[in-house]
Amino acid sequence: MYSKDGQSYYIVDGHTHFWDGSPANQINRYGEGFIKCFYDYHANLSPDEYKWTLEEFERYPEERMIHDLFEAGHDDIAILQSTYLTDWYVNGFNTTEQNGEMAERHPGRFIVNGRFDPRDGEAGLGVLERLHERWQLRGVKLYTAEWKGDSKGWKLSDPWAYRYLQKCQDLGIRNIHVHKGPTVYPMNRDAFDVADVDDAATAFPALNFIVEHVGLPRLDDFCWIATQEPNVYAGLAVAMPFIHSRPRYFAQIIGELLYWLDENRIVFGSDYAIWQPKWLIEKFVDFQIPEDMQGEYGVLTTDIKKKVLGLNAARLYDLKIPGEFEVPEGPGGSGPGIGSGPTVATAPR
Amino acid sequence: MTSPVIAGAAHGITAAEAGAGPDAAVSGAGPDRATPDRETAWAALSRVFDPELDKPITELGFVSDLRFADDYSVRVELRLPTYFCAPNFAWLMVADARDVLVALPGVGRVDVVLLDHFAAEEINAGVAAAGSFASGFDTDGGDPELAELRATFERKAHVATQERLARALGPHLHSRLTVGEAARIAPAATAAVLRRRERLGLVSGFAICDDRGAPVSEDRLPGWLRFARTVRVSVDGNATLCRGLLETRYGPDTTPVS
Repeated sequence: MYSKDGQSYYIVDGHTHFWDGSPANQINRYGEGFIKCFYDYHANLSPDEYKWTLEEFERYPEERMIHDLFEAGHDDIAILQSTYLTDWYVNGFNTTEQNGEMAERHPGRFIVNGRFDPRDGEAGLGVLERLHERWQLRGVKLYTAEWKGDSKGWKLSDPWAYRYLQKCQDLGIRNIHVHKGPTVYPMNRDAFDVADVDDAATAFPALNFIVEHVGLPRLDDFCWIATQEPNVYAGLAVAMPFIHSRPRYFAQIIGELLYWLDENRIVFGSDYAIWQPKWLIEKFVDFQIPEDMQGEYGVLTTDIKKKVLGLNAARLYDLKIPGEFEVPEGPGGSGPGIGSGPTVATAPR
Repeated sequence: MTSPVIAGAAHGITAAEAGAGPDAAVSGAGPDRATPDRETAWAALSRVFDPELDKPITELGFVSDLRFADDYSVRVELRLPTYFCAPNFAWLMVADARDVLVALPGVGRVDVVLLDHFAAEEINAGVAAAGSFASGFDTDGGDPELAELRATFERKAHVATQERLARALGPHLHSRLTVGEAARIAPAATAAVLRRRERLGLVSGFAICDDRGAPVSEDRLPGWLRFARTVRVSVDGNATLCRGLLETRYGPDTTPVS
């Protein structure tokens, strides 16, 4: 919980990791390049006082994470996302089991999300079932650009991906977090292109698709899809830290999202340990669209901030929110999003 | 129609650009002017764009080294903001850089080397090999996916420049405004739009047009411009992000040639 100026915010951190990117766990130069790439994001966009050394960043102790999220960081609940990358890391980068064991030591703090890879075929469906049985999954994190042998990625619209999504629906795993953001692409097949979310979201209207990193650097492509699919959500991980180094750019991102999606489909995520929730939350609560941009983008109300920081994710995960944190239902200050209205401004192709 | 359209302009580099424009014309004037140098080569490289960021690689700080040997062979090193930057775009930039240098009069062997990238080996070898059989401008190596990818981002760049033009035009804008009228009111913004159309091989007499060159009707215009704004925000934001990451990776000094 975070309180400021008489307002209290219930915080659901929608995107956190407990990873091991240390040299001892790296299999090859890709594993080394991946954690260094993360580190560059961390170093480029964090305030100086929150910057770690590469060694600290590669692997951090559990106590530090608990402190950064819940003691210093204002998080009430954090969602642990699984990222396997077993072609690059001996024990995986952070698997559901590793996350789950840590979460069990801190009851009531974490939601553990699983994962699947449709390239695992029939056998993988059974693995997903057992994963769900063990950890009572309410969501999965998908990494469509993950390498597997000769394959450099997959698409949500692949026939096997549909089999897995159907399995998720059958098991009651409703929240599908998809990494669609910067970095890893295969050579000629762009695995971070957001177009496949469009197909899957249409085919599975009962599932929620949370597009992590809002498709950056293809914000526009993401917005067209979210406009047309009511079950597509914007995950703010990676977009959030611009609030410090590029506040006007952040204002544009949040302004565009509020215009196309409305305030009920935007969810906060720190992407810990790339960034720390403490400064992200404090700056977001203090943030306002710069005056000269308010004509285009309007203003961020307290209700919008409450929804983005926790209430929207709480709704997706059926979390019980103490009454004091609630805000009125329905579109508030941002007005109805284009996607909620009967007419859709179709992107000209 | 005022925009010059060059055959084959669907590729990233137009014939005029690859020939180094006015510099090439001057260097053709006398035999001793055909000697390539760093400035000419830098000017040529400034016509290579990152397709996604819509900015020249020289301005983005992607060219980390450029040197000529005594035999006029040239070596260029390129670097990108992250180890995992999209290899398809990296390929296009390496190939385009090679093409503009090969086209310089008097230049010897051309080596363009991508550094510190997970696919550097494949890209460097692939582009060098393609150069031995492909024509000077076939930078997409006949790959239709790559050509389509490039075209997608050329179209986005065109839409983004139109939004900037619309801002510059202010109340003068209407759906049937011609390129000529726009150029009188906002010359720089109009010129930017026309450069994009040239790259796309797109012909239109209208200041604002769709991907096929047709005017956008008055009732569709506000929606079109709203769409264009999001594209522009996305393109600008990408460039900002990449500049920051490049600086984190290599330090603030990003230009080897002033």
